[in-house]
Amino acid sequence: MKSRNKKLLAIGLLVVGLAIIAMLVMNAFKKNLVFFFTPTQVAAGEAPKERAFRIGGLVVDGSLKRSPDGMQTTFVVTDTAKSVEVQYSNKEYGPLPDLFKEGKGVVAEGRLTGTGTFAATQVLAKHDENYMPPEAAHALEQAAKAQTTLAQ
Amino acid sequence: MIPELGQFALILALLLALAQGILPIYGAHRGNATLMAVARPAAQGQFVFVAIAFGCLAYSFLTNDFTVENVARNSFSQLPLIYRFTATWGSHEGSILLWTLVLAFWTVAVTVFSRHLPEDMAARVIGVMGLVSVGFLAFILVTSSPFTRIFPAPMDGNDMNPLLQDPGMVFHPPMLYMGYVGFSVAFAFAIAALLSGRFDAAWARWSRPWTTVAWVFLTIGITAGSWWAYNELGWGGWWFWDPTENASFIPWLAGTALIHSLAATEKRGAFKGWTVLLAILAFSMSLLGTFLVRSGVLSSVHAFATDPTRGIFILGFLGVVIGGSLVLYAVRVPKMESGGSFSWFSRESMLLVNNVVVVAALGSVLLGTLYPLFMDALGMGKISVGPPYFNSVFVPLIAPAMFLAGVGPLVRWKQASLPDLAKRLRIAFFVAVASALLLPLIAGGFNWMASVGIALSLWIVFTVMIGFVERLKHEPGSKLAALRKLPRGFWGMQLGHFGLAWVVAGIALVSAYETERNVKMNVGDNVEIAGYTLTFQGVEMHDGPNYKAARGTLDVSKGGKPAFVLHPEKRIYNASGMPMTEAAINYGFSRDVYAALGEELGPNEWTVRVFHKPFIGWIWAAGIFLALGGVLAAFDRRYRIAMKKASTEPAPAKGAAVEGAKA
Repeated sequence: MKSRNKKLLAIGLLVVGLAIIAMLVMNAFKKNLVFFFTPTQVAAGEAPKERAFRIGGLVVDGSLKRSPDGMQTTFVVTDTAKSVEVQYSNKEYGPLPDLFKEGKGVVAEGRLTGTGTFAATQVLAKHDENYMPPEAAHALEQAAKAQTTLAQ
Repeated sequence: MIPELGQFALILALLLALAQGILPIYGAHRGNATLMAVARPAAQGQFVFVAIAFGCLAYSFLTNDFTVENVARNSFSQLPLIYRFTATWGSHEGSILLWTLVLAFWTVAVTVFSRHLPEDMAARVIGVMGLVSVGFLAFILVTSSPFTRIFPAPMDGNDMNPLLQDPGMVFHPPMLYMGYVGFSVAFAFAIAALLSGRFDAAWARWSRPWTTVAWVFLTIGITAGSWWAYNELGWGGWWFWDPTENASFIPWLAGTALIHSLAATEKRGAFKGWTVLLAILAFSMSLLGTFLVRSGVLSSVHAFATDPTRGIFILGFLGVVIGGSLVLYAVRVPKMESGGSFSWFSRESMLLVNNVVVVAALGSVLLGTLYPLFMDALGMGKISVGPPYFNSVFVPLIAPAMFLAGVGPLVRWKQASLPDLAKRLRIAFFVAVASALLLPLIAGGFNWMASVGIALSLWIVFTVMIGFVERLKHEPGSKLAALRKLPRGFWGMQLGHFGLAWVVAGIALVSAYETERNVKMNVGDNVEIAGYTLTFQGVEMHDGPNYKAARGTLDVSKGGKPAFVLHPEKRIYNASGMPMTEAAINYGFSRDVYAALGEELGPNEWTVRVFHKPFIGWIWAAGIFLALGGVLAAFDRRYRIAMKKASTEPAPAKGAAVEGAKA
């Protein structure tokens, strides 16, 4: 009987331990989920103010500007309907990816600043010439859909 | 002609795989020796035909046959020969063919090294592997033939993705696949045990070396992949928690849990059901990993959906393999006798906790990898789960397992005494903790991450040493001779744990103390990092075989004395026009100095990124120890004795063989 109790206790402890682990995991998961918003959604104020998120779309031609020391970059991301100005510190977060180009797809992760620009901590471009980051493609698709419904 | 030959060879291989999958299993069920005898020749024949198909594809790549769509899409006439060869497995189709080839190779290995198994067991194991092969060959033939021709043929190919043009591509994928597919052997043994209803220590002993060897390959593959990412991606990181990395890490975790649980099953007959379940899990995760990386589902769920045959086939195949195994498991497991009992503090209980922790860690990685895909597939919005989640969950989950890795090997089977163990280990514990608090102060400032890492790492090192000392204490005569006589299994475990200590130390130190600078540089400009001064000497144009490069020169000095020169490059590949950063790294035992060119701002004016990465090399060096430990463990004498015994004795009756192996 005694050993049986011990076994039950061990199993109970195991279950409690697993429950605690599961709770911690879910908690961290919720805290660290990064949601995606299109420039249109950002313009409509749907994006969170206190939380990091991702935006995506095309880099507007001619919008890429560098600070005089070259270590601060700004560019504009558009889904063809609305656009968001993005600032990125090369000094803190490193060079832009090799495949970053004006007129091409891009995804940026960061937060909204008080002035409505987007302070990116990470910029992702596509992996190869034929491929656009899926989120950027999604943003363009959404904007195109919205425009066709407006036109009708 | 050659590509058609390859296609034909694949069809023949599929027919042989069908024979190999169906006849021996049916024969084992009916006790028909003739049907069981089909297993070996069918498997070997299948290997020959898959190898011919693979050879045909490689030939098409090597000879630049751009009439083959796969070659046109993934190769280029100016590509160096070695990369034209590796391009064979650079595409989705080619990599699945490589997977199948590796599976056939493992099956042949089983046919050769299974003479000591009872005939029905060998027939079932080979048969199960045949069925897996049927799935893969059918997948290739139905949805992803690498031999499809295009007309009109293009003048030249599209080139291989420049990221893949790296020596890493030569051995990283084959190693990874050897690991992934190697778990199919453990899986086949598990299914064979379920089919026959015999789960005994002998079963665990047979499947253990196979599992360990597969785990070794996977370890090497992951280590090589991490090394490749560090060298090639130009971000200076060694692990990104990227879904493609997780896809290989998840099976590795399952395999790690499996080799530990197999130890308990072999030695004590414990956790039989759990071990079988882990074997199924390890292989299922390997399949999932292969398809995640190779189906394109990661880059876009929608691209995947536009070619539904592939997706449906994959989901169906995964469903049959995983679902079928679990149903079989559920039917058979109630018949399993529970193994030897053990107390709450024993080697078994330590291994059990190890398994629970590792599987929990696996679950957390799996959740973070698959959840965004599910949400996207269901149209519930786009979500990403980045390194912050994985770091904040994985590290605290796995840290207790590191602590136990020190304790476990010193705890006796069945029943151990906690006070006794505490007495044996208290000095090691205090020295580890004290050093962990003091060392960071010397190294460059207190950092809790460094402290925890050093504490766990030293703890494992000390307990490994205690393990050796206690093993040798009662040996008479020369200690050195006794050391050599210790079983390889023991050496393997200790080396593996030592590797673990090293990797923990490397990760903790580099994460805590690495430094990075991003600066704009003109010719003659300096940047200082961790005592090194890097002077920019400008950029020269330089022609590679299939790219043009801007090649920078950075003179590095330390304490005023010239130390070494770094040549980071920015390449443009001729065929695709794709730019690529090629970092320059000076490797060292205690630190790496890493430089990469960023953006060109003007003539000879560049942004430059430099890193000082203390102890980063330990992470990969430790991988070698892990692999070496696994090799030693897999080639322990007792496995060979078991094999010899079986092959010299006249074939005993089934029950006797099992009893013999048990004894």
